[in-house]
Amino acid sequence: MRQTHSKNVGITLFILLLLTPVYWLLNMSFKTNQEILGGLTLWPQTFTFDNYAVIFTDPSWYNGYLNSMLYVSINVVITLSVALPAAYAFSRYKFLGDKHLFFWLLSNRMAPPAVFLLPFFQLYSSIGLFDTHIAVALAHCLFNVPLAVWILEGFMKGVPREYDEMAYIDGYSFPRFFIKVFLPMIRSGIGVTAFFAFMFSWVELLLARTLTSVDAQPIGAIMTRTIGASGIDWGVLAAAGVLTIVPGLLVIWFVRNHVAKGFALGRV
Amino acid sequence: MAEIQLKALAHSYSDTPTGPDDYAIRQMNHVWHKGGAYALLGPSGCGKSTMLNIISGLIQPSEGEVLFDGKRVNELSPRDRNIAQVFQFPVIYDSMTVYENLAFPLKNNKVPASRIKARVQEIAEVLEIEDKLHKKARNLTADEKQKVSMGRGLVREDVSAILFDEPLTVIDPQLKWKLRRKLKQIHEQFDITMVYVTHDQLEASTFADRIAVMYDGQVVQFGTPTELFEAPNHTFVGYFIGSPGMNIVEVERSSGGVCFGSTVLPLESWQVDILKRMTSANLKIGIRPEFIEISPVSSDDTYEASVRDIEDLGTYKIVTVQLGEHELKVRQGEEFEASIDSPVHLSFPKQWLMLYVDEFLVQEQQ
Amino acid sequence: MDKIPDNRAWWLVLPVFLLVAFSALIPLMTVVNYSVQDIFGPGQAYYVGTEWFKEVLADERLQDSLIRQFVFSGFVLLIQIPLGIGVALMMPKSGIKGSLCLILIAIPLLIPWNVVGTIWQIFARGDIGLFGWGINQLGIDYNYTGDTLDAWLTVLLMDVWHWTPLVALLCYSGLRAIPEAFYQAAEIDRASKWAVFRYIQLPRLKSVLIIAVLLRFMDSFMIYIEPFVLTGGGPGSSTTFLSQTLTTMAIGQFDLGRAAAFSLIYFLIVLLISWLFFTAITHADKEK
Repeated sequence: MRQTHSKNVGITLFILLLLTPVYWLLNMSFKTNQEILGGLTLWPQTFTFDNYAVIFTDPSWYNGYLNSMLYVSINVVITLSVALPAAYAFSRYKFLGDKHLFFWLLSNRMAPPAVFLLPFFQLYSSIGLFDTHIAVALAHCLFNVPLAVWILEGFMKGVPREYDEMAYIDGYSFPRFFIKVFLPMIRSGIGVTAFFAFMFSWVELLLARTLTSVDAQPIGAIMTRTIGASGIDWGVLAAAGVLTIVPGLLVIWFVRNHVAKGFALGRV
Repeated sequence: MAEIQLKALAHSYSDTPTGPDDYAIRQMNHVWHKGGAYALLGPSGCGKSTMLNIISGLIQPSEGEVLFDGKRVNELSPRDRNIAQVFQFPVIYDSMTVYENLAFPLKNNKVPASRIKARVQEIAEVLEIEDKLHKKARNLTADEKQKVSMGRGLVREDVSAILFDEPLTVIDPQLKWKLRRKLKQIHEQFDITMVYVTHDQLEASTFADRIAVMYDGQVVQFGTPTELFEAPNHTFVGYFIGSPGMNIVEVERSSGGVCFGSTVLPLESWQVDILKRMTSANLKIGIRPEFIEISPVSSDDTYEASVRDIEDLGTYKIVTVQLGEHELKVRQGEEFEASIDSPVHLSFPKQWLMLYVDEFLVQEQQ
Repeated sequence: MDKIPDNRAWWLVLPVFLLVAFSALIPLMTVVNYSVQDIFGPGQAYYVGTEWFKEVLADERLQDSLIRQFVFSGFVLLIQIPLGIGVALMMPKSGIKGSLCLILIAIPLLIPWNVVGTIWQIFARGDIGLFGWGINQLGIDYNYTGDTLDAWLTVLLMDVWHWTPLVALLCYSGLRAIPEAFYQAAEIDRASKWAVFRYIQLPRLKSVLIIAVLLRFMDSFMIYIEPFVLTGGGPGSSTTFLSQTLTTMAIGQFDLGRAAAFSLIYFLIVLLISWLFFTAITHADKEK
């Protein structure tokens, strides 16, 4: 089936429209504040790297990125580690309360923020985890783990149980079978899940901001504080914004084949 | 009904083919005549599905022409070719009922509703699924689904040829033969050109009037099952057809015939003449297990071999013998008895001893 | 596949259960606790039973917010689901073009939500933003901070920009899983493009669409940061959605008891509607 001309036009148009705000941000990040506030220019008249220089040299800026990347990575690892066995259980076995358990897991994503923030804050403070990366990583599990279980279960249902049985006959123990035989078969699923876990954790701000103050502050929180005495530092803000997109781009580049391979999944 | 001609046809999946290995189908010419029931037989990867897809228009050949009744159709899309194709696994529209599935191609062709009803009913009866017409297609068993798949191919009245790509793969063995017979019935009833791709020689022989055997991108023989059996045109055909296949031995020229090891086989004079004319060193002889004779006594025409193994298959036995350094299989009746390592005397009737030069059969007319 | 009944599977599920329970049940219990108390400050709380629930259900400010929220989520689903499917259908199926499209389309999803708000805050301004300036150049009077309709449209546009890619990505993945043979059969059956969509693609997209619809409903119903950064809830309270009303109540006014009661009701609404969507779509599949 060949890609038709109208489809090409359509998708190109959509992408161009989609990227316009990003282009605008990029544009601003290379301008000085005077130029930004002075009037509208489609590309920088006085091109400058200064905004980026600020971020790369000022620890209060770049630490934000490092913090974010750290807790997101921890979160992805934890999410995958707990979700994989659980998804396996859901895909292969019937057990007491399984349907209810699943919906309960999903319902945790439906808790509105705001008031739940305060109890969260109290909980993590009381166990001494306030302002740590692990706290944010754990807190993000609340919404990432249900989604991970959902996606992984769908992929796992696509692997016939005969493979499991064959491995047992061949003498594999369950852990060995799981790691050496099963996981490679659902590589795509793991890639897709890792991507979504990364994405939802990277972009979440409320919990991340509530549970941290200095040591583990995410870049998002730092950006909301750039209102200085002379007003908002638009240039630096724009540069910081552009840099928040970069890690995500790298992640999706690595998993692009897994996402493209397709998943027809779900509990139906 | 259409006569399908493939002229100087070749196909490569790569954009810049450099050698014969890049071609899925090597240059060939072939004609499928109107109304015939044909099988396209060959091992996996030999190019059969590619050829089918070229005929139906799902693939455009990189070289050569496809002609329907003399007209070039390379550029015609599948929907304009009046061809139906049945795939290996059931391809049905899940959300529709069986009736709607069968009616779908007719609806798309704007056939009047009354005619649709009659036609769907007719085909459903032929396939013995008329009691399932109102069930949702997704709730059927695999073979019922495959029947629906086939039904969609048969329901169109303007169809000139139906192509089957290993359609019985997902069917249970005991139902396979039923469906095969059904297909044969349908062919007799509707008299459409049918091309049936398979890697199973039994399926091919029971379904087809003539079989095209494909090997490595080429049709190496096109004939009736008997022709394929008695005069395999290519060593592959000899090896592939028959159970077990033909015994094939590499040989060298010797005076009056050929030899392998210390065994000398005299050949007919016309075969010897041809050997003199051709220079290739790729020489083989082949003889089917069914045609090797074992006699109790030796004579000038017999060769001594020792018995290696006897397989008892009920009504017949397969005896593996060793002649010189080569093992041959001989088919014998159930009364045959011999002990391992005992000597036997083989003779090779000349009319069944085939000579192959460069893998192809050497025949008298050449 | 047929699942084997075996309660030992609970061992495999235990880590997930404990992890989520830890993060969910304790805070939940705290909120339930607050919802039945009147809290004036730290350590000053009085038990009031179901008072808050009754008040909350009658509170006009909250009712307005709720209606605004439903309208917003409704539009979100109406626009983003069909648009997402459409985009997925237009994307190249494979190769370098396909990968490139995938990456470019995913960009809005990878931006922290406050940055999304900030981007649009700038982009839609008439003085320093391309979009705002552009619209004004076309002669249309556009001011998202002053005009209610403009504010609504801008918030919607921002959300569509932000989240349609998620629907598109999910649907794209679902489409890739359809074997080529189905399209080939449709070609031979002379099916129209619409028929191919309706009978082959849409049924097979059902499972990804469930995820897409549920995620979009839940997230849009709880949306907080992006509109807050963009409009601050204004002009007036025209773009003040439920989460913002709730936050103001809890933190701004320190009316924890009332806020807690409302959040429980909020939570139950989301739960109920999600459950309805879930059952509706899954049952649409199970046919007699």
